[in-house]
Amino acid sequence: MTHPREQQWSVWMAAALKGDEVAYRHFLEAVTPHLRMLARRRMAAYGDDNQDHEDVVQEALLAVHLKRGTWDPRRPIGPWLSVILRNKIIDALRRRGHRVTVPIDDVIEVIADERSGTPTDGQDISRMMETLKPVQQDIVRSISLEGFSVRDTAVRLCMTENAVRVALHRALRSLAAIYRGGTR
Amino acid sequence: MMSDDDSSRGPTSGTDRLIEILAKDAGAWHRFGTVLLKAVVIGVFAAAVVFIVLMNPRPDLEQVIQTARVLFKFIVTVPLAVAMIGLLDRIGRPAAPLGPWPWLLGGVGAILVVGVGVELAMVPSSEWAASLIGTYARYCLMFIPLIAIGPLVCFIVALRQGMPTNPGLAGAAAGVASGAIAAIFYATHCPDDSPLFVATWYTLATCIVAICGYFAGRRFL
Repeated sequence: MTHPREQQWSVWMAAALKGDEVAYRHFLEAVTPHLRMLARRRMAAYGDDNQDHEDVVQEALLAVHLKRGTWDPRRPIGPWLSVILRNKIIDALRRRGHRVTVPIDDVIEVIADERSGTPTDGQDISRMMETLKPVQQDIVRSISLEGFSVRDTAVRLCMTENAVRVALHRALRSLAAIYRGGTR
Repeated sequence: MMSDDDSSRGPTSGTDRLIEILAKDAGAWHRFGTVLLKAVVIGVFAAAVVFIVLMNPRPDLEQVIQTARVLFKFIVTVPLAVAMIGLLDRIGRPAAPLGPWPWLLGGVGAILVVGVGVELAMVPSSEWAASLIGTYARYCLMFIPLIAIGPLVCFIVALRQGMPTNPGLAGAAAGVASGAIAAIFYATHCPDDSPLFVATWYTLATCIVAICGYFAGRRFL
C-alpha cells in the first residue's frame, strides 16, 4: 500500500519523464521538504550541525535529476528516493571522516512531529557556479537567476535548444561532481 | 497520519534555484534499461572483435555442438550471462528488487553441479585428473579475461548512469557478466570439453574478471 502522497509524486515524475516541466517542478518542490526532513533527522543523529543537511538535500536533488532514468514508473517512488538520499547522506558523512552505515529503515521511516528550523544554504550555488565553464555559467544564470526558459536562453545565446540542454546537463553533472569531491 | 512538516519549506534560495534549473531540464534523460542494453550490444561486439582477432571457432564446432559435453558449456555460460545482465539492471537502480535473476543464477549453479556429477560418474576416476587439467587451461585463463575487457568497460560505463548502492559489488557483478560473455565466445574455440575443466578453469577465469570488475567498480562507480 503506497502512501497517496507518493502516488502523486509518481504521477508527477512519470509526466516529467515525458518532458512536462510543470509536473517536474511540482515533483521537485514536493519532495524537497520530505528529503530535507529526513536528511536533518539522520544527520542530527550523527551529531552534524544544521548547515550540512541542506547540502545533502541539494546533492540528493541533483542525483534524483541525473539518475531519474533508473526509476521504473511501475515501482513505488518512495523507496527509490530514500535510497538515493541515504547514499548521499553516507557520502556526506564519509567525506567528513565518519565510517558509518545508515540502515535503510531509518531513512524510510517518517516521523510526523519533526519540527524544523529555517534551513540554510551550506554551499552557495553561485559560488560553485564559478567553477563552471563560461558558457555553462551563462546558461545556468539565464535559467536560474533570470528565469528564462531553455528555448529563450537558446535564442539569447545564439545556440540551438538542444545544445543548451546538453550544456545544462553537463553543468549539472559538474555540480554533482563538485559535491562528490567535497570542495569545501 | 504520517506526513512531512511542510512548514520547513523556508527561504532556501540555493535549493529553490537548483529546483528551478532542474525543472527546466526535464526533457533530456536516458532510460537506464536502454543504456544497459546498448552496453550489452557494444560489449558483445567488442568481445567478438577481440575473439576473431585472437583466435577462431574450432573447425569441428558444427558437429561437436550436438554432443552433450560441448552443449553443456553453452547451457552453463549463456544463462549465466543472461542472469548477470538481468541482475545488473536491478543493481544499477536504487531500491529495485532483484526479481527472478538470483533464482536463474542458482539454476546455473545447479546445472554445473549436475554436469560435474554426471562426468564424475561416467569417466573412470583414473582419468579425472587429466579431464580436469585439460590441454589448454593456461589459454583459458588468459583469453577469457582478454575477451571480457570490452564488455566490462561497457558495463562499468553503463552502471555510471545508474546508481549502484555498493560500487565494489556492482563492479564485480559486471565482471561476472563480462566473464560469462567472454566464456561463451571462448567455448566455441576451446577443445577441452569436460565439465570438470569448465567448472574449474572457466570459473577461475570468470573470478579473475570479477576481481578486476570489483576494483573498477570501487574506482569508477
